[in-house]
Amino acid sequence: MIDFSKNHFQLFGLEPAFQLDLARVEQSYRDIQAQVHPDKFSHAPDAERRLSMQWSTHVNEAYQTLKQPISRARYLLKLHGVDTLEETNTAMPADFLMEQMEWREAIGEAKDAADAAGLDHLGAKLRQAMHHLQDDVGRRLDQSHDYPGAAEAVRKLRFLEKLREEINDALEALEA
Amino acid sequence: MALLQIAEPGMSAAPHQHRLAVGIDLGTTNSLVATVRSGMSVVLSDDDGRPLLPSIVRYSGTGEVEVGYIALAHQCTDPQNTIVSVKRFMGRGLKDIPHTHEMPYKFVDAPGMVQIKTCAGAKSPVEISADILKALRARAEKALGGELVGAVITVPAYFDDAQRQATKDAARLAGLNVLRLLNEPTAAAVAYGLDNASEGVYAVYDLGGGTFDISILRLQKGVFEVLATSGDSALGGDDFDRRVFCWALEQSTLSPLNAQDTRLLMAKAREVKEELTYHGETRFTAVLSTGEMVDLPITSPLLAELTQGLVKKTLTPTRKALRDAGLTPEDIKGVVMVGGATRMPHIQRAVAEFFKQTPLTNLDPDKVVALGAAIQADILAGNKRGEEVLLLDVIPLSLGIETMGGLVEKVIPRNATIPTARGQDFTTYKDGQTAMSFHVVQGERELVSDCRSLARFELRGIPPMVAGAARIRLTFQVDADGLLSVSAREQISGVEAAISVKPSYGLSDDEITNMLLASRDHANDDKLARALKEQQVEATAILEAVASAMAADSALLAPHERAAIEASMGALKKTMNGTDHRAIKAAVDALNHATEAFAALRMDASIRKALTGQKLADIGT
Repeated sequence: MIDFSKNHFQLFGLEPAFQLDLARVEQSYRDIQAQVHPDKFSHAPDAERRLSMQWSTHVNEAYQTLKQPISRARYLLKLHGVDTLEETNTAMPADFLMEQMEWREAIGEAKDAADAAGLDHLGAKLRQAMHHLQDDVGRRLDQSHDYPGAAEAVRKLRFLEKLREEINDALEALEA
Repeated sequence: MALLQIAEPGMSAAPHQHRLAVGIDLGTTNSLVATVRSGMSVVLSDDDGRPLLPSIVRYSGTGEVEVGYIALAHQCTDPQNTIVSVKRFMGRGLKDIPHTHEMPYKFVDAPGMVQIKTCAGAKSPVEISADILKALRARAEKALGGELVGAVITVPAYFDDAQRQATKDAARLAGLNVLRLLNEPTAAAVAYGLDNASEGVYAVYDLGGGTFDISILRLQKGVFEVLATSGDSALGGDDFDRRVFCWALEQSTLSPLNAQDTRLLMAKAREVKEELTYHGETRFTAVLSTGEMVDLPITSPLLAELTQGLVKKTLTPTRKALRDAGLTPEDIKGVVMVGGATRMPHIQRAVAEFFKQTPLTNLDPDKVVALGAAIQADILAGNKRGEEVLLLDVIPLSLGIETMGGLVEKVIPRNATIPTARGQDFTTYKDGQTAMSFHVVQGERELVSDCRSLARFELRGIPPMVAGAARIRLTFQVDADGLLSVSAREQISGVEAAISVKPSYGLSDDEITNMLLASRDHANDDKLARALKEQQVEATAILEAVASAMAADSALLAPHERAAIEASMGALKKTMNGTDHRAIKAAVDALNHATEAFAALRMDASIRKALTGQKLADIGT
């Protein structure tokens, strides 16, 4: 029943692009949820309740996809017929892999020294690196239309995301 | 006769008649019931004007059940049959419960969930909680003068699927129609948000009797969006009592305690803790059944010292929730305090220090959850149509599936907004494999053994293929109550298996219905009369819903579609005045079916309208 032929951008009344007015996405998301959320259908017949849950689920999924830069880029690439191959394509440029090793060493050292401030500092530095890469993804997607290049940048972002998880896990272990 | 019909409880004869709905805070230590009256959320008190109902149930050999203050009075004299803090046992096996040796109960290690042996037989935490809920339901129906349409029951945000399912089962066993399970911090935010019309990001710090929750919410134009939640479902005010209790034992040289004296000293510890909230010092005094005497001075700095580890333990989930939300303490506009334990000055100081601001305490921390739940119940019951309030809550713990080597593959990450669904593909690993079993778990750890096991099920009848050729799509769906259902489907052959994830103790709908009917002890005629009335209520509700949908949107339908729906409505109207409840149910189902396509059209139209309205607003600015 649900019109899944609309892509997530169309669902929110937007043109497909990496650079988005996030405030607008948020507003559309809230406006649509206000119409379809199960809380609005607690007294409705079964059919409507089911539909409401499906729609609300779908809108949540669309919102989450567009809100996060990595998933937004991945989704846009999919619309352009490009798979980011994050699970299978692990061939990364040598200099990027070197950087990765340096990151891991730095995180490992801070972890061993139980240095929470050091981990926080690394986290901030990592955020910056991720912002740079996201800008790069945006340029490739919206301006130069270099989709294979954007896919590689997404793969790089995925590496950085794993580093972020590692830092967060280390911080959590220190707090416990 | 007509007048009588309008007054028929549970029937909504007039479209704008106020429907009786309540919010229930089923707490570890105390429970409350609240409702919205003349636009104001109020807690309903008992005949003696007491708002709280101690969450204590006492069973006697004669089948009598005492709940609340009357049971509280017996907790020291009849500890084995007087169950306190049962919420800690909800959805938990014996091995999950700490400190069982300090408790006076005779535990029975039943599969899935522990039971307690009382003189009225073995009782599951679901049944004991249902007895508390029954008392609250009776209080509400007496105060409101009619049968309840439904109730919103609150649960700690950090409750897992087993604990939520147990709570919902208890409510249904108490004969309550559950409109929604609502997370306690979200309920508190609703109570605060609507009163103060606040906007911005807020933290709700909820330290109850047995659970700790922290939620980070963004409030904007009536939308409550939970950004992240975390907590500890086994940390609460009870633990503070235990620290005082242990301290008192260390300070005295007592002979080994019996169950009564243990309970007495625990109760005393709680009293001392509460007194120290308002006074700088007090004495811990008690005379044991052995004649031994305990008399110790205690000050509030000492209490703070004894329990500083517990306070610190609440800040770990707090940091985690902030990190998950991508925020720092500076981003938080206000901190709402919930739960009686947050009255302790040293907790307020610790929270103030962490968030660098004075926490909000203008609503009673014991009542705020029930007040918020009542507001949501009023909306869900349909008393406030068009009111712009929307709660977007999240799932507290990741859901996953066991893979090779006892590892967990996460399917739905924690803090995903609900309702949510996620599919994951699997394949066979042996040639000719015709069955595949799945193990559904909840938790953040990598090893299955460190997570909570929710359910195991099997997909059978897969056509024999070479290993890796079958495509099995597993779909997790979490509904707006935070409850999970899982289905598996082999994509090529279309073989399917679906389960509602119920822990092994879980009661099926039929079992609950039977228990309900048995507990009412009604004759067969009564059962039929009840079934008939339930179907008539259902019929009235759906007719009303369809009529209002038709009035608003019948333009979306082609003439023959409209005629089909009207015919089904006519058939139901005719059947519902009869006495055959099965015929009415069939007619209700038929009308449900006839309106499916219409419902989809209306949903599409409302989404289009939402976006158009927004574009017009853009032009306006």
